[in-house]
Amino acid sequence: MGIEEQLTGVLAKAVTDIDSAESVKEIEAIRVSYLGKKGEITSILKGMKDVSPQQRPVIGKKANEVRDELTAVLNQKKERLEKEALQKQLEAETIDVTLPGRQVKKGQTHVLTQIMEDIEDLFLGMGYQIIEGNEVESDYYNFERVNLPQNHPARDMQDTFYITPDVLLRTHTSPIQARTLENHDFSKGPLKMISPGKVYRRDTDDATHSHQFHQIEGMVIDENITMADLKGTLELLAKKMFGEEREIRLRPSYFPFTEPSVEVDVSCFKCGGEGCNVCKKTGWIEILGAGMTHPNVLEMSGVDSSKYGGFAFGLGPDRIAMLKYGVDDIRHFYLNDQRFLTQFKRKG
Amino acid sequence: MKVSYNWLNESLDLSGVSPRELAEQITLTGIEVDSVSEPANELKNIVVGHVLTAERMADSDHLNVTVVEVGQDEPIQIVCGAPNVKAGQKVIVALPGARLVNGLKIKKSKLRGVVSNGMICSLEELGFSDSVIPKNSEEGIYVLPEDAQIGEDALPYLGLNDAFIELDITPNRADALSMRGVAYEAGAILEQTPKFTGVNLSEDPTDSVDEYVNVSVENSEDNPIYKMRVIKDLVVTESPLWLQRKLMHAGIRPIDAVVDVTNYIMLEYGQPLHAFDYDALNSKDILVRRARGSETLVTLDGQERKLSSDNLVITNGADPVALAGVMGGENTHVTGETKTVALESAVFESSLIRKTAQALNLRSESSSRFEKGLNKETVQDALDHAAALIASLGKGQVVSGTAEVVSEEPAYQTVTTTLNKINGSLGTDLTVGEVENIFNRLGFENSVTVDEISVTVPPRRWDISIEADLLEEVARIYGYDQLPSTLPRSESVPGELTHAQKLTRFTRHYMEGCGLGQAISYALTTTEKAAAFSLEESAPVELDWPMSEEHKALRQSLLSGLLDNVQYNVARQTKNVALFEIGRIFTRQEKDLPKETTHVAGVMTGSLVENSWQETEIRVDYFAVKGIVEEWLDTLGVLEGISFVPFKELPELHPGRTAKVLWNGQYIGVIGQLHPQLAQDRDLNDTVVFELNMEPLLANEQDTLTYESIPKYPGTSRDIAFVVDESVLHAEVMDVMTEVGGKWLRSIRLFDLYQGDNIEAGKKSLAYTLSYLNPEATLKEEEVNSDFEKVKQALVERVQADIR
Repeated sequence: MGIEEQLTGVLAKAVTDIDSAESVKEIEAIRVSYLGKKGEITSILKGMKDVSPQQRPVIGKKANEVRDELTAVLNQKKERLEKEALQKQLEAETIDVTLPGRQVKKGQTHVLTQIMEDIEDLFLGMGYQIIEGNEVESDYYNFERVNLPQNHPARDMQDTFYITPDVLLRTHTSPIQARTLENHDFSKGPLKMISPGKVYRRDTDDATHSHQFHQIEGMVIDENITMADLKGTLELLAKKMFGEEREIRLRPSYFPFTEPSVEVDVSCFKCGGEGCNVCKKTGWIEILGAGMTHPNVLEMSGVDSSKYGGFAFGLGPDRIAMLKYGVDDIRHFYLNDQRFLTQFKRKG
Repeated sequence: MKVSYNWLNESLDLSGVSPRELAEQITLTGIEVDSVSEPANELKNIVVGHVLTAERMADSDHLNVTVVEVGQDEPIQIVCGAPNVKAGQKVIVALPGARLVNGLKIKKSKLRGVVSNGMICSLEELGFSDSVIPKNSEEGIYVLPEDAQIGEDALPYLGLNDAFIELDITPNRADALSMRGVAYEAGAILEQTPKFTGVNLSEDPTDSVDEYVNVSVENSEDNPIYKMRVIKDLVVTESPLWLQRKLMHAGIRPIDAVVDVTNYIMLEYGQPLHAFDYDALNSKDILVRRARGSETLVTLDGQERKLSSDNLVITNGADPVALAGVMGGENTHVTGETKTVALESAVFESSLIRKTAQALNLRSESSSRFEKGLNKETVQDALDHAAALIASLGKGQVVSGTAEVVSEEPAYQTVTTTLNKINGSLGTDLTVGEVENIFNRLGFENSVTVDEISVTVPPRRWDISIEADLLEEVARIYGYDQLPSTLPRSESVPGELTHAQKLTRFTRHYMEGCGLGQAISYALTTTEKAAAFSLEESAPVELDWPMSEEHKALRQSLLSGLLDNVQYNVARQTKNVALFEIGRIFTRQEKDLPKETTHVAGVMTGSLVENSWQETEIRVDYFAVKGIVEEWLDTLGVLEGISFVPFKELPELHPGRTAKVLWNGQYIGVIGQLHPQLAQDRDLNDTVVFELNMEPLLANEQDTLTYESIPKYPGTSRDIAFVVDESVLHAEVMDVMTEVGGKWLRSIRLFDLYQGDNIEAGKKSLAYTLSYLNPEATLKEEEVNSDFEKVKQALVERVQADIR
């Protein structure tokens, strides 16, 4: 049999081998067994030395054709097998993407802190500073300096925890006003402050009363501050807390440290003013107290009340949280039941 | 103060304004309205009846069969259980189809087989409170006057066709604790001047009050005005229905005509009065003075009161007969036998009344008015009016003249302001005319020009004394809803958080990121809990007069409260608890206010990672919590100065699993596992806590951070493993290695700790990776080897390490 025939026969045999190959590894083995240094085609071509010089180019060409063909078939098969293998791997690696992800534990800000921080941020943006004072105060700063002298009937409105006859747990954050006023240098600009913090009153704890609660007060003192400025500021605050559509109304009231004094109602955020359980059918919900700072408060702090004046307002984050989120028991804020706390993790 | 709309209508024309409209306007311009009630809305088909016969039912010990004329063709039969029903009475009948309070409906019915065509009503069934019903009507039906018209609507007789506006009066507006005060207020709103009927007082010219009493006051500061009239030849009876119903609707129980008049006048003028049985005084002398230490007085309620010099008393010259402004004495009160009444109208010093009422727990309508101040202009008017009314109801005579000691005249205060000030303070654009109109509506004499506004405030508005008070009057009558809305147009000042505030917010966010939720606990706790976990010895800061043992002392640590929270959660099946708190702790100081220090504390119990389909449980342990604290300190930039030292002295924590945290040698806090005994007492599993004083860290402002270039050359590392005594601390090993490690040593990481099989008892095996880096050049093998060798030697020499 001639070399040409041998080559043709080897090609046919190789193609049969390739057809039956089932892995890339087998394909590589076939490649070596035919095309390698000791492969069949190489050994056939060793017979070239016996071929006439005229025949050699013909056989050489034939050999190249067989080699090319064989390589092409090998590569084609290899590619197909690789694809199949990848497909199998993908199938094998498939997971249930609906299984739960790994646990991430994250804590959350207390709902009262969230409310206070929202208010702080609103006022920081308007150039207010945040000033925190002592929770234990002297009777003098807590009462006298905010225009509540001994025997003032309004002292009845706030039953007080005393430590000694002169030292008490602050009943409001107002002593910070007096302490800040007496140190403020008006030549460096107006006083604009927000003071958040814990306050204490003699109350028996129940669903709506707590001996410990929070307050956040604001005060602005400068020349030419008007009650209209107070109204505009409170409108902004009400909208921030309860939504853009809210309106406010001011009603006359009484606080010893402001004159005029007002209580502020916000239009009911549940019914929009139609009347519902939240607003007790009135369409309005009382949310804060405010007023124009009493001249006595300014004078006692050494501020000339004929030149400077301003406003103050105060509100209770506990009450706001109860209203806003429908919390029915104030004690939840201080028992720290995780089933309660974690409900307020939502940011969006 | 409960205001009757009909009563108010006596001095104002309310025809154009409904009770609810009026209430709304009062709320918006002056005084908060608590509620408006209109009882007639609930009550229907209730008429005047005339009992023709009343017979005890044969087989009942309390039911009566009555026949009642109700203005229909035929009288009707009603079964009535009231003990006081009698033939001939005019009564209140609820006819079939009637509605009573609480939605009760009356139907024809049968009681024990006897037909009953309605119900004869008690006052309670019509909605009157038990506490205001006259004693003689408490146990049965109410009997109307004889002249009541049969078949007529019964509601007007009882004043139930009225509306009642409940005012919530702030301490500054005590002027509205009277019908006249409310009339002035409503008049200002409605632009009307209230008209009050004058007093028609006729005196017996033949008899002078001086023949009866001789009034003196020990100290005019305690008692600036004392007035007394005498009414003689009286027959004390029940008061008429018009008077009774006014009192009942105001929340006062009718007693007799004399007492009822004093109460009625108090409601009308706001001036409390007191009536003495003149003959029981046994003396002409009336002396107002402080009580003496040893004195006692049996008050109207039958209680013996021990008096002190803080109490002002009325005496008969010798002994106390009344606690001034608070309560009368039992021996001198008016009875059915009283013939002559000595009637007192006075002004007492408010704080004195307040102290007495508080000390004896005797708050009353009278004492609260004395406490909050009175209209000094109507002390006499009220007295005259009451005397005339008592005389007319009791068929007696008013003796001529008033016995009095008056050291203070009612003051008309002049307060001034300017139009500029008003507009400048309110942000308004009011004109002279508008401001003038407002003061006219309030009934204040005024002169208003562009340059000056001068207002004369009558004594009935004693709350107004300074310019700011006038501004308030203008603002509220003008209407707060009319004010413009602006924002302060001040010089701009920066608003930003302080360094400490920023770090505090960061700390909160950091802790939340580590899985701890923010808690806010009570600062007041028990004395024992207050002292638990405290980093500093201090006597507790305790309340003078706590409401309960539970909330008596101010906390000296945050952990005590956090532990309560954990216990609360665990007891409610929340097994994994992770909480932190940032708050104040309180330390007693000798002279100053207690020291308040901001701490951060955290507590974790249960598992960090729960068993799940792919994770196995990781329990909370000391190192989990320590890791959180270390990373926090590192972020604050202070970790280098921090050391953790074994700490056995805190009794609440596990002595073998607690570290004290030192910053540059200063003791700032602890990390540790809860003492197993305490954990058991509180039903907790392994619980790990930390508490740190934040203040030194918050006060620490660091230099600005400087960027370090990213290394261009590779580093290299060496591992070392050795065995040491188990008493040798990791911290000691680290100190040795860091000290001798050489200039290229960048970090040391503990990658293995082993104790047990294959290791001698009392020993442990430690393995560390030391990482070296030269930022300027590639490290040479020999340099690292020689540095590493020094570490090995030092470990052998200094901690007796057996290098493996």
